[in-house]
Amino acid sequence: MTEYALILIGTVLVNNFVLVKFLGLCPFMGVSKKLETAAGMGLATTFVLTLSSVTSWLVNHYLLVPLGIEYLRIIAFILVIAAVVQFTETLMRKTSPVLYQVLGIFLPLITTNCAVLGVALLNLQSEHTLVEATLYGFGAALGFSLVLTLFAAMRERVAVGDVPEPFQGSAIALITAGLMSLAFMGFAGLVSN
Amino acid sequence: MFTAILAMTLLAAVLGLLLGYSAIRFRVEGNPIADQIDALLPQTQCGQCGHPGCRPYAEALARGEDEINKCVPGGETTLLALADLLGRDPVALEVEEKPPAVALIDEQTCIGCTLCLQACPVDAIVGAAKQLHGVIASECTGCELCLPPCPVECIRMVPVVTDIAHWRWPYPRPVPRHHQDAHASQREAA
Repeated sequence: MTEYALILIGTVLVNNFVLVKFLGLCPFMGVSKKLETAAGMGLATTFVLTLSSVTSWLVNHYLLVPLGIEYLRIIAFILVIAAVVQFTETLMRKTSPVLYQVLGIFLPLITTNCAVLGVALLNLQSEHTLVEATLYGFGAALGFSLVLTLFAAMRERVAVGDVPEPFQGSAIALITAGLMSLAFMGFAGLVSN
Repeated sequence: MFTAILAMTLLAAVLGLLLGYSAIRFRVEGNPIADQIDALLPQTQCGQCGHPGCRPYAEALARGEDEINKCVPGGETTLLALADLLGRDPVALEVEEKPPAVALIDEQTCIGCTLCLQACPVDAIVGAAKQLHGVIASECTGCELCLPPCPVECIRMVPVVTDIAHWRWPYPRPVPRHHQDAHASQREAA
């Protein structure tokens, strides 16, 4: 039980995918202008990440390994991820049409979110079991959502703040992200994996 | 090698079937966004946005074919609500906001033709054929739609003067937005 909790805390805070591993930076910068949108994006990504982490683990262990075709891993995973994203899109169109419209292109772009493929591949590298893979995917998604939401909240404040001319726009956003990454370094050493 | 091709084909086929099923299962009927936009519009059906009513305007907005600043009776409140719902940046109202006014019918000239009654979207004009018409000032939205049909031009708009009875606290000022072009460049950078 403890090791599961450690995986969760480790991926959410210590080895945060965005701020420590620098994966999934595109939606981090792209969808963080409004808090509500960011929360919606976090929810969608959580769904996709967890589901694709489990599915890719299953595909790897019950299809690729028995047939001896592990070299097709990346293609197979991308196939799985694309299907999961498409499924999420269909689901969201039904349940939350406004969020679907607001997220727009960033929703299908979850497919190319490197954090999603990253989780699937890191699962194999660390030889996780199915439960661990599920938790790892969920933790990574939770960390992503947390950071995205925090960042969006800060950017909403910064947008109305008095920012010096040369720092306006992307510049101040990147600086904010950097400071956030520094702050998250404070968690390093909390869990040693 | 054939195993690999077969396995990938199988995987793709299974996923494709699942997606096909979910597409049928979660099919979306109608346009739910248009419904939500329609609920925000004031339903005066005044046609000042250039559409024949609130519902067509809501549908045009849902398709992304029109700006959100066309609703005159809704004013800034509706504009901000729409911007919030659709995630678009608020733009200045297309028509500059006129001071609130109500229609007034000149009793000497009115011939009781009932044409202005039919034009009024909010039924703020009462009257019958060959009878003098009157405007219910509290219902009148000042949309000026009754002006063109009047054959004797007996209707004019009277601005509502702010006196003790009509004065109210002004709405809070919207948050200053001076970073709008910065937002645009950010979107490109992402």
